[in-house]
Amino acid sequence: MPEKTSHRSGIKLDKERCKGCMLCVEVCQRKVLEPAKGVNKKGMGYVVVAAAGKCSGCGLCVMMCPDCGIEIS
Amino acid sequence: MKQAPTHYCPGCGHGIVHRLICEVLDEMNLKEKTVAVAPVGCSVLAYDYWDFDTTEAAHGRTPAVATGIKRVLPDRLVFTYQGDGDLAAIGTAEIIHSGNRGENISTIFVNNGVYGMTGGQMAPTTLIGQVSTTTPGSRRADRDGYPLKIMEMMAVLPGVVYLERTTVTSPKEVTKTKNAIKRSFEIQLAEEGFSMVEVLSPCPTYWGLDPSQSMRRIENEVVKAFPLGVIKGGDHGP
Ligand SMILES: Cc1ncc(C[n+]2csc(CCOP(=O)(O)OP(=O)(O)O)c2C)c(N)n1
Repeated sequence: MPEKTSHRSGIKLDKERCKGCMLCVEVCQRKVLEPAKGVNKKGMGYVVVAAAGKCSGCGLCVMMCPDCGIEIS
Repeated sequence: MKQAPTHYCPGCGHGIVHRLICEVLDEMNLKEKTVAVAPVGCSVLAYDYWDFDTTEAAHGRTPAVATGIKRVLPDRLVFTYQGDGDLAAIGTAEIIHSGNRGENISTIFVNNGVYGMTGGQMAPTTLIGQVSTTTPGSRRADRDGYPLKIMEMMAVLPGVVYLERTTVTSPKEVTKTKNAIKRSFEIQLAEEGFSMVEVLSPCPTYWGLDPSQSMRRIENEVVKAFPLGVIKGGDHGP
């Protein structure tokens, strides 16, 4: 499920694949991603695209994600 | 990768390495001619995630199974995917003899320093001073021996053409891992012999650290026992 889509990068984060490991949040230089308040269907904490407009589409988050949860188009 | 979410714990390195293999096979357009052999360990269900042919072998025996597959189907790309318990403990004989035979297969060796699937017991690769469920007071060299450097051991075998140790702690290291996997597959396609990529990988659950701390532990501690880089075949390959 795409949370939010940026006009510039089209970043999408699938909250049902996400396990909240935070490796993407840590690697993002522009603070586009942040932990969500709730949990997903699996009961896991997850990450949301909080500031899609700031995303440059560099793809570092995609490279670090162990769960193929982020897509940049 | 298939659509199914993986069963791996948050921050587990298996997911990153699984994806890199898929990316390389896609870029090399090899998915239709690949046969992977999955191990026993946390990645035993790799075939649920990979969208190419994958079979499963008894614990540590993937190089033997891959040998059979490659010899019968020499036009396929055949690789084994193994953990450190699988490869460096119960499967030590298989990996060494496959390398020594110069078997034309690739091995992706995911070293997380513990037996993840069975609950975090000590592996031969566990660091001195590391706590595991079977070394609750930490691993001691005088009692438990030293971290086993399979790559350095295999470097002396003439049949082994390429060995590289990488990690997944940052985008830079992830890219190096991907390039190493690609190189290993290219060497196989060029029929040069046995090659192996060891990926130092985090196990946040059994290291008792969060995913970020686990990456830092690899950078600061694990690489001291298992130095990164090309161990054999620096100027080799297509
Ligand atoms: C013949 C045999 N002995 C022991 C086991 C129990 N066993 C299952 S997985 C495993 C260790 C796997 O560790 P590793 O290869 O490091 O992979 P990880 O789970 O850490 O990814 C062991 C000892 C088994 N399945 N079969």
